[in-house]
Amino acid sequence: MTKPASLPMAEGPYPPSEAALAEPVPQAEQQRGAEELRAAWKTPEGWRYVTAVNNSEVGKWYALTALAFMLIAGVLALLMRVQLAFPDMTFLDADRFNQFFTMHGSAMMFLFAVPMFEAISILLLPAFLGARDMPFPRLSAYGYWCFLIGGCFVLGSLLFDAAPKAGWFMYPPLATKEEGIGPDVWLLGLSFIEVASIAAAVELIVGALKCRPPGMRVNIMPLYAWYVLVVGGMILFAFPPLIAGDFLFELERSFDWPFFDPTRGGDPILWQHLFWIFGHPEVYIVFLPSIAIAAMIVPTVAQRPIVGYSWIVLSAVGTGFLSFGLWVHHMFTTGLPQISLGFFSAASEAVVIPTGIQIFAFVATLMVGRVKLTLPMLWIAGALAIFVAGGLTGVMLAIVPFNWQVHDTYFIVAHLHYTLFGGMVFPVIAGVYYFYPFIAKKLLSERLGLWAFWLIFSGFNITFLPMHLTGLMGMPRRVFTYPESSGWGWLNLISTLGAFIIAAGFAVFLYDLLRPKKAQGEIPRNPWGAGTLEFSHEVPEEAWGVRSVPHVTSRYPLWDQPQLVERMDAGRYYLPDAPDHQRETIVTSVIDAKPVHVQRVTGPAWITILAAGFTGGAFIFPTFHIYTPAIICGAFAIVCIMYWLWTSTARPPKEEMRDAGLGLRLPTYASGPDSVGWWAMWITMLGDATAFASVVFGFFFYWTARSDFPPEGALHPMGHWVVLAALAGVAAWALTLAAREANVRSKVALARAALVLAPLAAGVAGVAAWAAVRDLDPTSHVYPAILWALMVWLVAHLSAGVLMQGYCLAGSVFGKLTPRHDADLRNVTLYWHFMAVKALVTAAILGLAPGWLA
Amino acid sequence: MRLMLICLSLLALSACEGRQSVLNPAGRDAQDVLSLIWVMFGGAVLLWLTLGAIFVYVTRVEPREMPRRWGEMLIVGGGVIFPVILLGALLTYSLPMMKPQRDADPGLKVHITAEQWWWRVDYELPDGSRVTSANELRLPTGRRTGLVLNAHKVIHAFWVPALGGKVDMIPGRETYLSFLPEEPGVYRGQCAEFCGASHALMAFETVVMTPEDFAEWLTAEAEAATAPASGEAVRGAQVFAREGCGACHSVRGTRALGQVGPDLTHVGSRKSIGAGILDGSADDFAQFIAHTESLKPEVAMPSYDHIAPEDLRALVAYLKGLT
Repeated sequence: MTKPASLPMAEGPYPPSEAALAEPVPQAEQQRGAEELRAAWKTPEGWRYVTAVNNSEVGKWYALTALAFMLIAGVLALLMRVQLAFPDMTFLDADRFNQFFTMHGSAMMFLFAVPMFEAISILLLPAFLGARDMPFPRLSAYGYWCFLIGGCFVLGSLLFDAAPKAGWFMYPPLATKEEGIGPDVWLLGLSFIEVASIAAAVELIVGALKCRPPGMRVNIMPLYAWYVLVVGGMILFAFPPLIAGDFLFELERSFDWPFFDPTRGGDPILWQHLFWIFGHPEVYIVFLPSIAIAAMIVPTVAQRPIVGYSWIVLSAVGTGFLSFGLWVHHMFTTGLPQISLGFFSAASEAVVIPTGIQIFAFVATLMVGRVKLTLPMLWIAGALAIFVAGGLTGVMLAIVPFNWQVHDTYFIVAHLHYTLFGGMVFPVIAGVYYFYPFIAKKLLSERLGLWAFWLIFSGFNITFLPMHLTGLMGMPRRVFTYPESSGWGWLNLISTLGAFIIAAGFAVFLYDLLRPKKAQGEIPRNPWGAGTLEFSHEVPEEAWGVRSVPHVTSRYPLWDQPQLVERMDAGRYYLPDAPDHQRETIVTSVIDAKPVHVQRVTGPAWITILAAGFTGGAFIFPTFHIYTPAIICGAFAIVCIMYWLWTSTARPPKEEMRDAGLGLRLPTYASGPDSVGWWAMWITMLGDATAFASVVFGFFFYWTARSDFPPEGALHPMGHWVVLAALAGVAAWALTLAAREANVRSKVALARAALVLAPLAAGVAGVAAWAAVRDLDPTSHVYPAILWALMVWLVAHLSAGVLMQGYCLAGSVFGKLTPRHDADLRNVTLYWHFMAVKALVTAAILGLAPGWLA
Repeated sequence: MRLMLICLSLLALSACEGRQSVLNPAGRDAQDVLSLIWVMFGGAVLLWLTLGAIFVYVTRVEPREMPRRWGEMLIVGGGVIFPVILLGALLTYSLPMMKPQRDADPGLKVHITAEQWWWRVDYELPDGSRVTSANELRLPTGRRTGLVLNAHKVIHAFWVPALGGKVDMIPGRETYLSFLPEEPGVYRGQCAEFCGASHALMAFETVVMTPEDFAEWLTAEAEAATAPASGEAVRGAQVFAREGCGACHSVRGTRALGQVGPDLTHVGSRKSIGAGILDGSADDFAQFIAHTESLKPEVAMPSYDHIAPEDLRALVAYLKGLT
């Protein structure tokens, strides 16, 4: 790939010398810098407050919303426990109970666990990295509003007795056959939220890779940032199989394409594979970030750096990888071959090793350090006690013959709550106590914190410890009642009482969290004596994050770099001002964190709220089978997003270079792999490719699992149309690439011509792909259905590609895209590289399938 | 303290008594798993206590600094070496336990198809002929009987904790399980994969008998229905025909040939009715027929609450006579 045409490079001294850092900053300059930053980073007031996009606002909203959803899911659990307190109760009827357990699980996993990680990361990651904000603040805001709308929609269905009721895992055929809109609420509502989750993951990965402070090489970045990378990557590869499954599922429900209907060649087991390929990494996506919080708290408690930093990083990465190889342990009872079960049993045991290493590293740190126990540490201790118990039952569950007895019983309910509470809820609460001074410059109450801890800890064990026995005594899951003769009554009663004790504990915690604390006096900026950058922030008085972006040389800068905070506060370091009243942060190189350019980040906007609203409409209307408004909303959403991109991304700057402080001058525009937008596109495409691969996996699954694939006398796609589709698809890619190359060489007219022809080629490809399968009836059998599904996928992506080509053409015509400033075209070309591969793979399957299968 | 011990022992006792309990095995596979459970559970408690003790030691008992070397040894020893040894041993011991549960004695096979929310049970004799029943499974001790499992519309799971692990029943696919029962008795099984509104109410009894008793029972089960004995039962047979019960239910030897609902040829001799939710007294029969929909949400069978009380009594007498 050719380098961008002569964009300026960084100039000036780097790294900064001690002499340069020791030189004091004149008062007048400090004043001016502070005022400019204040103006640039001002939080909107009044009703305009909702347009805020700063990570400190969006992170708070995200966390509070996730908390609210968690409380609602918790109330559902309390109601279910009332129903189960005694045998043969009629407090909730079967239908209501089934809706409640489905929504309890779905809300906790999709509306609380993963969003809470995203919320906390949005709130804290920039602070850990000495950055002012996330790299794409409007994207975070958009993700938040999508989450709010989607969550209210999905939970709201409970009020209308229309909630999904086939379990949080929605196995077909039960869920495909269900009448009413429940499954559609689940499929469409959650897909909407999953898209927001992937957007957040992309942003977090880019933030951790490209927005670190100068000098923070990858091996000295905080452990939390490593975990964000691992978990972001896991979200990127785990959510798409579920999205692909949701895609097939909704096609079956809306149009009767029989992907999971065994009478027409479909197979319910395909859903199970796609769901659990997502579902198992999902639980590690929930667990690892909370361990990351522990990894930030433990060194502070031990008053020394973490022991085994490299071990922890390798284990986190190892856990992430391994977690993708375990999913069949959720399917041990489905009759799969024993060799397969044996492999997954061994793999499930193997994941104990990296998990154990991380836990032992924390204990080792405490051992080697001088321990000063604090309230957050008490919660971490509780977390470890509970999580280890859950992990031990997990080791038991990986053993197949044992699993065959306790699968789908209350033993599993016990195991999953021990691992989720211990691995996520307790560490998050510990994080709330620990980071509260950072978020709100106040301390939470020690006394109330102790009460909350002991109530929740004891209540938890009273509720869930007996469930191990309840399951062993034969009580299956998801039963709305049980007979007196079973003997399970007293165990269930104990669990119900425990549940209310947990509720009381949460009430105490919430009271402490939400009560006004104006009476509390000034507290120090760093009350725990922590060593990492977040405690150098002056939130909430100042919205600018850091006063100046530091040069970092240690894992624990606040401990190891003398006078760091003073110098940051004085504006001695980088970007201490904002002469254009624009929000900025520094983008650095991936491995060594050398400063590369200054990035404009976006400020408050209405467009993100509008875009989220229209996107919501595009997903919500189809739930009720109202398709025209859905399409209109979709179109408006696209318009909003394109407007937002046009007005706030990759705009050629007024000034090519910016004085970034300490004598360093940095470019203000980047294109290609130096730019955050390019990384965002690359990472998003990896996720998209995974979803595509999942649909392709479906094709090969049917081929290997079903003998009637294709059925006798099936029609096959027409070869010549397939070839045309492939050629036209490749042509569209080649023309896009040609446009980029022509543009770089200042042959603008040629570039524009290529950008006119490329969409035409793409259009031909789309029409040809449709023509290839139009005679096949997707409702008749899964063979035509999966081919149609691949075609629909291809056409949708070609359409998006065409919009992007049009955007670049308009950019070239209206001056946004020039031979020097070609970030948009580079990003679009990247999209089209993936598109070309997709077109060829789809064509191969459509065209060669009849030959292979014969 | 004493109260706690009393509670714990009551706990242990009741666990060992349950008819649907993993801790009360009556078959070879359940027995093997139980031995494994004690080992794993004991090990888990020990490990949890050990880790807890280490944690308390380093945070409360000796919070001062200790050599870094010890920390590193803990990470490598506890995180890598110890789990590899322990888990390797556990896997080596447990993986071979899978195979027997898929083995079969080529004598008797039982085909079980799950419906919403009841069980079709078909005994396949060595000569290939079938004996159709429903909602109850009977097995001989001392030999492995194979179960060929299937499902009609949605996924269910077949589970008799006292005899062995469960297997899912998936529409469009056959799955397989075998039991080697050892203790005669009556054990409860239940559907263990969420299958809709009445999932909680889909259970069955498994009657384990000596081989001689079993052979005798199977011969009787293969025969056509017992003719109604009393006058009331005769009248009941007329009510059965008049109400169209035969459209959904079969009673071999009569004109009732329906396949939609459970076979009723020998319903009077079953240990439970309604798929394991009622015992089978006369009152239970009457309740189930007259109030089906309130007993089992969304069930396919309508409630026959319009039948006059004396006709209902006669019908019940007829059905209970179908032994």
